[in-house]
Amino acid sequence: MNTEVTPARRGILVLALIAAVMGYPFVFTSNYAIELGMLVLLGAFLGQAWNVAGGFAGQFSFGHAAFFGTGAYCSAILVSTYGVNPWLAFALAAVSGAVVGGIVGALSFRFGLRGSYFALITLAFAEILRVLADSVPITRGGLGILISADPGWKNLQFESSTGVYYFAAVLCAISLLIAYWLKTSRFGARLAAIRENEAAASALGVNVFWQKVHCLVLSGAMSAVGGAFYVQKYLFIDPYLAYNINRSVEMLLISMIGGAGTIFGPFVGALAIGLIGEGTRALSTAPGLSLVVYGLILILIIGFLPQGLIGLTSKLRRKGASNAS
Amino acid sequence: MWEFLVSAVINGLMSGAIYVLVALGLTLIYGVLHIINFAHGSLLMLGMYAAFFAWSMLGISPYVTLPFACLGGFVLGYLLYRGVIGRFSAGKDENILLITLGLAIIIENLSLFFFASDTRTISMPGGDDIIIIGWLMISVPKLISFVAALVLCAGLSLYISRSDLGKAIRAVAKERQGARVVGINVERIYAISYGLGIACLGAAACLLMTSFYVSPAVGHAFVLVAFTTVVLGGMGSFVGALVGGLIIGVAESVSGAFLGEQLGQIAIPLIFVLILLFRPTGLFRGSQ
Repeated sequence: MNTEVTPARRGILVLALIAAVMGYPFVFTSNYAIELGMLVLLGAFLGQAWNVAGGFAGQFSFGHAAFFGTGAYCSAILVSTYGVNPWLAFALAAVSGAVVGGIVGALSFRFGLRGSYFALITLAFAEILRVLADSVPITRGGLGILISADPGWKNLQFESSTGVYYFAAVLCAISLLIAYWLKTSRFGARLAAIRENEAAASALGVNVFWQKVHCLVLSGAMSAVGGAFYVQKYLFIDPYLAYNINRSVEMLLISMIGGAGTIFGPFVGALAIGLIGEGTRALSTAPGLSLVVYGLILILIIGFLPQGLIGLTSKLRRKGASNAS
Repeated sequence: MWEFLVSAVINGLMSGAIYVLVALGLTLIYGVLHIINFAHGSLLMLGMYAAFFAWSMLGISPYVTLPFACLGGFVLGYLLYRGVIGRFSAGKDENILLITLGLAIIIENLSLFFFASDTRTISMPGGDDIIIIGWLMISVPKLISFVAALVLCAGLSLYISRSDLGKAIRAVAKERQGARVVGINVERIYAISYGLGIACLGAAACLLMTSFYVSPAVGHAFVLVAFTTVVLGGMGSFVGALVGGLIIGVAESVSGAFLGEQLGQIAIPLIFVLILLFRPTGLFRGSQ
């Protein structure tokens, strides 16, 4: 059997994916299932945000919660304290994430931090923001910010879980388009060159510093949109929810497990993590078990499947092809 | 005012000693293997649970558990390196970082699964003793940790600079290929160094348990502090870890005293960012 990925086949796969995502709430109608689907889509979106920096450009971050939390706080403060229209606040949250991404990127890359050092400094930035959110008056410290519930399109709040689900689906689709753009554009090609060999990219005339800063601006804006979405869904944010290291790690895990630097990797990763989470919950309700499995998979993926679960398909395909010949 | 400042400094030195102990293992691992051990905090947490259960189930004082925790730490570290880190990383820096992150996630959540998220403390006789000198109050367990940190730091430095194994470790740290050429088994030295780093952590865990609580997430509180200490002192330098840890302890205590308990926490991540940006080689250049 011919298993080559032709454009036609890819088109069919994408259409099937769209149909599956759109049809899911009609098949699984319980609130629990729809909430679960929404979490997978949000995870795929946030994983893609991490993937933009960690996958496509090879800039591993341990602190993407810095952007997520800033977006969440920005929209929460604008809506609840200043009465700004939630749609506008949503857009401004993206800007806030872009700004923080730009600052973190400009500082770290200007001083030449790479690899593990970049990972550590992002962690420290997230921690600084957490302490600040815990102590300055505008975030109301540890009390957190509540947004009054007033469902309706005007307020970007949804009465039904289906509405939130489709909103997450739209965000996820946009993130996939961004990833597709990165895979095919010159900007994406420059990022890939930086990921593979920074010195060589620089020698070929790529302005490494600016490309990396741009990439972190984009990644930061996307993460912040995820944070603003979170606030609109749960109508509450506090320093712990916003800047938790577990958030950063989850974004990294989703992308790494699915396949960093690929278009559909974060989607596959979020789906896998969602299924594993449900599976381990069926085994035991005690906390922690699902994360143990994620950690194991992370180590195995790094050891055997650097392309992530997505890489599994091409590996199997090659195997099938060599068996057939 | 002066009394306030001096007692903040003294208290800072005492808690800084714990940071020194945690950072010693981290700096040893970095100095030899040139890797960032992200599992450091969660392995510390495991050691603290060992000290806790030795006390609560068998009634063994943490000071007695200490040598056993060191031994157990060494064996665990050696096996982790041989079985997981060395095997799966293919020698790439980012891979090792992610693998140690994976290990941290596994260890932390296994502890959460088995021990639940309760925070636990031990109250041993003499645990609340304080020495009073005029207006100055010093906690006895913390003073013991302080002295132990100095002794351990000196002992480790001596061992690495004098013993044959220490020479081999330094050779591998300086020039991996050269060491291999003269017949040193580099992979074994890596595993031993990782084991020694975790053994230091065993000591730190037992001393810490006398004055601190343990919970599955307790490692988080120390990961950033330990990295800050190591980066401040200079990656791979024992003296740096000692001075760095004490400075961090004092900075945290003084900023806590002046900025308040919440905002005072900003000192450590802020120092970390500033050092990484402006002086990434640290105060003392990695000496081994």
